Amino acid sequence: MEKKDTRSGFGAGLTELGRTNPNVVALCADLTGSLKMNDFQNENPERFFQIGIAEANMIGIAAGMTIGGKIPFTGTFANFSTSRVYDQIRQSVAYSGKNVKICASHAGVTLGEDGATHQVLEDIGMMKMLPHMVVINTCDYNQTKAATIAIADHEGPVYLRFGRPAVPNFTPAAQKFEIGKALHLKEGTDLTIFATGHLVWESLEAAKTLAEAGVSAEVINIHTIKPLDNKAILDAVKKTKCVVTAEEHMLNGGLGDSIAQLLGRELPTPIEMVGVNDTFGESGTPMQLLAKYGLDAKAIVAAAKKAVARK
Amino acid sequence: MPNISKLNDVVSQVRRDIVRMVHANNSGHPGGSLGCTEFLTALYFHVMNHNTNFSMDAKGEDIFFLSNGHISPVFYSVLARSGYFDVAELATFRKLNSRLQGHPTTHEGLEGIRMASGSLGQGLSNAIGAALSKKLNKDDGLVYSLHGDGELQEGQCWEAFMYAAGKKVDNIIATIDYNKKQIDGSIDDVLPMGNLTAKLEAFDWIVLDEFQGNDIEAVINTLARAKELSGHGKPVVIIMHTEMGNGVDYMMGTHKWHGSAPNDEQLASALAQNLETLGDY
Repeated sequence: MEKKDTRSGFGAGLTELGRTNPNVVALCADLTGSLKMNDFQNENPERFFQIGIAEANMIGIAAGMTIGGKIPFTGTFANFSTSRVYDQIRQSVAYSGKNVKICASHAGVTLGEDGATHQVLEDIGMMKMLPHMVVINTCDYNQTKAATIAIADHEGPVYLRFGRPAVPNFTPAAQKFEIGKALHLKEGTDLTIFATGHLVWESLEAAKTLAEAGVSAEVINIHTIKPLDNKAILDAVKKTKCVVTAEEHMLNGGLGDSIAQLLGRELPTPIEMVGVNDTFGESGTPMQLLAKYGLDAKAIVAAAKKAVARK
Repeated sequence: MPNISKLNDVVSQVRRDIVRMVHANNSGHPGGSLGCTEFLTALYFHVMNHNTNFSMDAKGEDIFFLSNGHISPVFYSVLARSGYFDVAELATFRKLNSRLQGHPTTHEGLEGIRMASGSLGQGLSNAIGAALSKKLNKDDGLVYSLHGDGELQEGQCWEAFMYAAGKKVDNIIATIDYNKKQIDGSIDDVLPMGNLTAKLEAFDWIVLDEFQGNDIEAVINTLARAKELSGHGKPVVIIMHTEMGNGVDYMMGTHKWHGSAPNDEQLASALAQNLETLGDY
C-alpha cells in the first residue's frame, strides 16, 4: 500500500483550486512548507498571503477577504488553527457567517516528536460546537485532496482537519467527496466501526483481525463529523446493533461523542469509544503514540470485542 | 464643500437617538457612542462613497468596520439616518428578536453591517482583509475602521498594525478613538499606553494626530488629509482626540458613562441639550 501524508493531499487540492477557481486565496502563518502550500504560492503569488506568526490576525484577515467574493483558505497546524484563535473564529468567521476554510494540519498525537504543546486533541469538539461550522477530518491523501477541492464549493465556514505522517493511501483517487456523506468501506454484520481521520485505516486493519476471530465488522468512514450523516449511522446500527467509534481525538467532544448523542436520542445501543481519555499527548513517533494512547488497530479490536460482548 | 450646519443637525439627532436607545433598555454604551458621533456622521454623510442599497461585497464602494462594537448605538443611528434601514427600527435596540443586537452582527441581516464586533481587537484584521480583497479586485474603494484606545490593549491589534505596514496595505484608514478612558477608569490607571503616536510611527504607519474629534469640520478635514495620504505605500492611522459622553454635560469628563444608561431625569436633561432636528424615531 502506497503511503502518503494527508497534508500533501491538501497541498495538491489547493494547487488544483488555484488553477480552476480564481476566487480562491490562501493565507499561511509561517508554515507554508509544512502545509504543502508552496505550489499554490509559486503559481499564484498575488493570491498567496504570508501573514507571519500571527494566527489571530490571519483569521481576521481571512474573514475580511470574503467581502469582495474571495474564498480564503487558511493554513497552519491544527492547534494554532483552533484553540489559539477560537474567539477570532467564533466572532469573525462563524457568527459573521463568512466563507472561510480553516485548513489544519498536524492534528492529533501523530504530529509526533514535537509533543503535547502541538498535539491538539480538542479541536473537533471546539469546532463542532460553533453553530453552522462544517467539520471534516479526512483519512488519507486522496480523500484530503478531494475534500479540499469540494469545500471551495460549499458556501460557509469549514474546518478541514488532517495530519502530518505518511499513512496508507487507500481511498480511490477518483472518489468524489460529498460533505456529510458517510462512506461504507467494508460490510459486516456483528458490529459497526465508525471511524474518522487516521483511525479509518486502523479500523480496516482491526476488521481483518476481528474476521480471523469470527467477528464480522462493518467499517464506515465518517469524514464529516458535522453535519453528521445521521441516516447512514442509524441504518447501520439498526442492522448490527453494536458500535465502536474510533478517532485520534479526545473522547470528550469528538466523533464518538456525536454518535453517542445521536444513538442516545434515537436508538440506544452498546457503544465503545476509541479515543484519548482526558490526557495530553507527549513526544514519540506517530506509531508509538497511537499504540501508547490506545488509538491503533489493537485497541479497536479490544473495543470491538467488548462491545460485541455487551450485545 | 460640506454643509456643516446640516451635518451638525444630524449630529444632534444622532445624539438624541443614542441616549434614547440606551435609556429605553437601561443598557448599552452611551459614552463612546457620543464621543464618536461627529466621526461617524462625517463618514456616512460626507466622506465615504457608499450605497445605502446594501450589498455585502461593496464593489466600488468605500467601507467601514466598527471594531469597538460596543458603541453600536451611534453606528445604528447613523446607518438608519443615512438610509440603510428605517429609523423606526432603532426602537428595537437590544430587545428580543431585534436585528439591532447589543453588539453589531451580520447574523440578523441588518443592512450596513459587514462583520460582527464586540469581542475587541479583531476589526483591524477584518479591515485589512477587505482592503486586500479590494486590491485583488482592482477596486479603488477605501476601507475605514474605528477602534477604541483601550482596545489597543488587545495584542491582535498590533499583529494587524505590523502586517498592514509590512505588506503596504495602503488603502486603509484606521481611526483610534482617543478618549483616554475605558470601563475601569482612565487608560493611565488601567494600563498606561505611553506615546501612542511614537508607537504607531514605529510600526511604520502614517500617523495623523492632534485634532479635535468632536469638531465635525476638523474630522472632515483630517479624513480628507488621510485620503490624500493613502495609496502611497503606507497605511494611515488617525489618532482622534474625543470626549467620552460629548454633547451631554453630565456624561463628559468621566468614564462612568462608558456602559451605563441615563434615568428618566437624566434623559430629559440630555435631550434638552440636543435639539430634535430630523424627527425622533
